[in-house]
Parts: sequence; structure tokens; C-alpha cells
Amino acid sequence: MDDALSSEAAMVNDRPGRLREFWFYFRENRGAMIGLAIFAVFTFLALFGPWVAPHDATAQFRDATLQPPVWQDGGTWTHILGTDPLGRDMLSRLIVGARFSFFVGVFVVCIAATGGIIIGLIAGFSPKWLDSIIMRIMDIVLAFPSLLLALVLVAILGPSLTNAMIAIAIVLQPHYVRLTRASVMSERQKDYVTSARVAGAGTMRLMFVTVLPNCLAPIIVQAALSFSTAILDAAALGFLGMGAQPPTPEWGTMLAEAREFILRAWWVVTFPGIAILVTVLAINLMGDGLRDALDPKLKRS
Amino acid sequence: MLNYILGRLLTFIPTFIGVTLISFSFIRALPGDPIQVMAGERGVSAERYAELSAQYGFDQPIYVQFWEYLTGVLQGDLGNSFVTKRPVWDEFFALFPATLELSLFAMIFAILLGLPAGVIAAVNRGKFFDRALMSTALVGYSMPIFWWALLLIIVFSGNLQWTPVSGRIDLLYYFPNPTGFMIIDSLASGQEGAFTSAVRHLVLPTIVLGTIPLAVIARQTRSAMLEVLGEDYIRTARAKGLSPGRINGIHALRNALIPVITVIGLSVGTLLAGAILTETIFSWPGIGKWMVDSIFRRDYPVVQGGLLLIAVMVMIVNLTIDMLYGVINPKIRKR
Repeated sequence: MDDALSSEAAMVNDRPGRLREFWFYFRENRGAMIGLAIFAVFTFLALFGPWVAPHDATAQFRDATLQPPVWQDGGTWTHILGTDPLGRDMLSRLIVGARFSFFVGVFVVCIAATGGIIIGLIAGFSPKWLDSIIMRIMDIVLAFPSLLLALVLVAILGPSLTNAMIAIAIVLQPHYVRLTRASVMSERQKDYVTSARVAGAGTMRLMFVTVLPNCLAPIIVQAALSFSTAILDAAALGFLGMGAQPPTPEWGTMLAEAREFILRAWWVVTFPGIAILVTVLAINLMGDGLRDALDPKLKRS
Repeated sequence: MLNYILGRLLTFIPTFIGVTLISFSFIRALPGDPIQVMAGERGVSAERYAELSAQYGFDQPIYVQFWEYLTGVLQGDLGNSFVTKRPVWDEFFALFPATLELSLFAMIFAILLGLPAGVIAAVNRGKFFDRALMSTALVGYSMPIFWWALLLIIVFSGNLQWTPVSGRIDLLYYFPNPTGFMIIDSLASGQEGAFTSAVRHLVLPTIVLGTIPLAVIARQTRSAMLEVLGEDYIRTARAKGLSPGRINGIHALRNALIPVITVIGLSVGTLLAGAILTETIFSWPGIGKWMVDSIFRRDYPVVQGGLLLIAVMVMIVNLTIDMLYGVINPKIRKR
């Protein structure tokens, strides 16, 4: 009964119907729902972290340096996950750190996707010579291992979180170009595009109104994947000292600061890594769910 | 076929020039005047400055400089390191075997575990094994490997004291390195314990570097196998009464391998990016650590040359895979 209603709604009104259909398939996927729940918590902490955290993330408790977490000997409830070598509360730093990773993900995906989609559309609609030039340039960027290129870009721009984000966005962008161009190429030959052209639609209208909405599914999946890649790469750059600078509680930078204490205080190393892993895992779970829900091939089987 | 190969080779040339152009512009985009950096804190007199910029060609117009650079690159001349004064080309190929050894072992580790894991998951689709293996693979795929390395060090080097923390071999051993592969050279040296030491140094970096390729290969093998297992000829094979082992192992896996080989080839870039982190953490004297150190030391010719050589290497691997793909799968050639 419910299904009949929703398919009827899909016929009457296209867009909410599509959304509802998507949600129907996404909800089926337990992993994706777990990922979504974790991502919701992550987003909440990113937005309200400083108000949720028990302590100030940069406050140093001089009489409680390298205190173990609460369940170990010497741990106290004031510092549930212990303190770092400077006596800063681990839990507060992790909570406040969520916003940096979140911001990295949002910024990188927005910049890389917008740029990549526009360049991809241009490549897909332009004459062959321009298309070849654009794709060769993308090949050139893709020839460099992404982390290495990002490292060198940050070395040029100067180490900071903003520059790390710009570098990662540049490195991830060619994937969007390729993806967009490939779907534009296959969509362009279909009848609905020809009829829109015959009806007098200009190139801009064909690009953004006619073709683009039909190419979005793989791009959305790619957006989820590059959100997690961006978080991982930014943390790696922070770990190498080329991302956020101390005392910023960015998770990768925290790991770099904790490195020399790994054999003495396991908690300063373990928790930031778990934070990165859980966040990236949640986003990848969502990405897998998105892919399955948006891929019509899998739906029918 | 010849046309296909020639066509692929032709696209290689503009990409190569572009990669050279990018690595060429980096040295000019980096902050600070290269000659001032080379001179260090003592500074440099105006005459000496002019002399040095003439020597390095910085007084020439930019397109002349690029032409000189490009012709130099084609002759294997990438300039000398500011720090060691040795040619970048020589330094690269002296350190490259260390990275190659690590990457090869990481890839073998990933393939040996990833292929069977993918096949087992596909054959048991939806059952416990499938879900357990694929959840593990997703965790591996999401792993920040620099943290994974630190964890393994805490457990295996710190608590259990099984493996050393850094380097390729204990300092006790010294022998010539004809192949550059520590595993082979230590065995050839005949010194007692050298081989064991080399292996113990290799274990953790191999696991760390192989983790993400392992997860990718397992996931790709599973999905390729699932696709192939739905084909008609598998049903035919089943109807003929072939054993499941034969169907899965020979008929299905062989055809599922094509996308898997592509993924393995594409992992080369990932592997080199991972080598940067892995080598830095384990003080593994390879290309990745060399690049990171040079970036911090502002050793511009090394950064420039290393970037170029790594990119060319990735391009050559991708080109080879494209061609192999054309050989394996005739449909590709027609495009």
C-alpha cells in the first residue's frame, strides 16, 4: 500500500518521488544507516564542539600531564580520555578537532566538485581539440601521486590548514572532470538531448539544465568518497607537519605531536587515530550506501 | 594493434612535456630565491650572485630555461642536490631499490591475501564470511595508515619487542649492496643473522603499505567475481557438472582477473603516496622519505627532479597496463 502510494507520487511529481525512492533504498542498507548516524554526531560536534567539550581545548592542566584515561590506574573523571604531554584534555581536543576535519571535507568537496563539474561539462560539449587539451591536462595532474603533489603544493604555498585544503582540492578535482565528461559523453547521444537541441535550447541550457541532472548520480558518490579522502589526506599532511599547525587540535597534527610518546602513553596516539578512522569509515559506509541506492543496475537485481 | 600502441605512445609525449613543465615551474614558484637559499645564512655578494645565476641559467629568459631543462632531462641530467651536491639522478636511483623492495613486498602481501578474500566473499555472498571480510576490507580501506603504523609499532615493537622500529637492517651488519634489495643482498652476504634482521625490518612497513591495496583488491575481486558468476557460461559449467572449486577457481576467477589487474596497476600511484608516509615513519631510506626530507630542507633540485621521475614512473606503469589491457581484452583496441 505504502509502496503503491510512493510510486504514484513519483509519477505525479518527479523530484520528491526520486528523493523518496532514494531514501527507500538507502534505508535498506544497515551499514549506510550506521554511517549516517555517526556522520550526524560528527556534524553536530563540528558545529557545536566548543560548547560540548568539557574543557577548553588549549587549556593546560600543569599538574595533570600525560594522565591516563579514566579506566586505567591514575585516571580521573575530570579527564575521561586522559591528557597529552602538555596537560591538555584529550577528549576536549578530539571534540573540538572534529570541526577541522569537517571543514576540510566540505571545503574540498565543494571546490573540487564545482570546478570539476564545470570543466567536465565544457570538455564534454567542446570540439575535439579543446576536449583533448583539457583531458591531457587532467592526465598530467593525475600522473603525480596525490599526496606527493599536495605536499609540494603546500611547500610552495606555506604550511597551513587552508593551503592544505586548496592543495587537496586541486589534486582531487581531475576525478570529477573525468567522471562528468564520461557521463556527458554517454548522455549527449540520447534522444532527449537531441530533441532539446532541436527545440532550440542553447549550449548553456543543454549543459546545466538538460544533461547535468542526469549525470549527478556518480558525482554524488564520488563526492562522498572524496570527502573521506580529503579528511585522510589533510590528516596525513598535518601528520607530516604540512597541514594545520600546533596547537590546533586537528587530528593528524595531534598524532604528529604525540609521536615521541608512543611507547610511554598509548592514549595520546590511539584516540586521534580512532577519531579519524571512525569518521572516514562512517563516510565510506554512507558512500557505499549512496552508490547502491543510486545505481539502477543493482536496484533491479 | 600496432595503431593502438602507437596512439597510446603519442598521448604519452604531451603528458610528459606537461609533467616536465609542472616540475620545472615548481622551483620557480617555491618561496625564496634559490640562490639565496643555496648560499645559506652567510649570504652572497652581488658579483657571486650574478656568477651563480649565470652558472644555473637563471639570467636567461624563462622559455630558454625550460628548453635547457627539458633537453637536460632527456639526457638524464636533473641538476645537483643543494645539500649533498650529488646529481639528483644518481641519488634517485641509489634510493629507488629500497622503495621498490618495500612496494613489491607490500603488493605481494596485498595480492596474496586480497584475491582469496575477495573470492571467498563472492562465493559466500551475503553469508557470515562475506560480511566479516567486507567489513574488514572497508576498515582497511578507511585506515589512516600513518596511525596504523604507530599502532603496530606500539604492539609489535613496544610491547612484544618482535620487530625493530626503523631502518632496513641492524647496524651490526655491513656488506655491499649489488642489487639494492636488502633481502637478496643480506642472503648473498652469507653473514649469520643478516637475512633474519632484514626480514624483521621489512615486516611492519610491508603490512602498513599493503593495507589499503589489500582492501581495494579484496573489494574489487569480490565485485568482479559476483559479476562473472552471474554469466551464462558459469551456469553452463555448473550444468555440465563441474565441481564448484573448478568453476570458481578456473572459469570465474580467470575472467574476474581483468578488472582486478587494472586496479593493481592503478594502485602504483597510491603505493608511492603511501610510501611517503610509511618510509617517514619507519625511517626507511627510500624515495618517499628522501622527498619529504628534501621538501623540509628546501632542496629544490631534488624536489623538482624527484617529482618528475616519480610522475614519469607512474605514467610508464599506467601506459604498460593500458597496453597489456589491450592485449588481454581485444574490445578495448577498437575504441
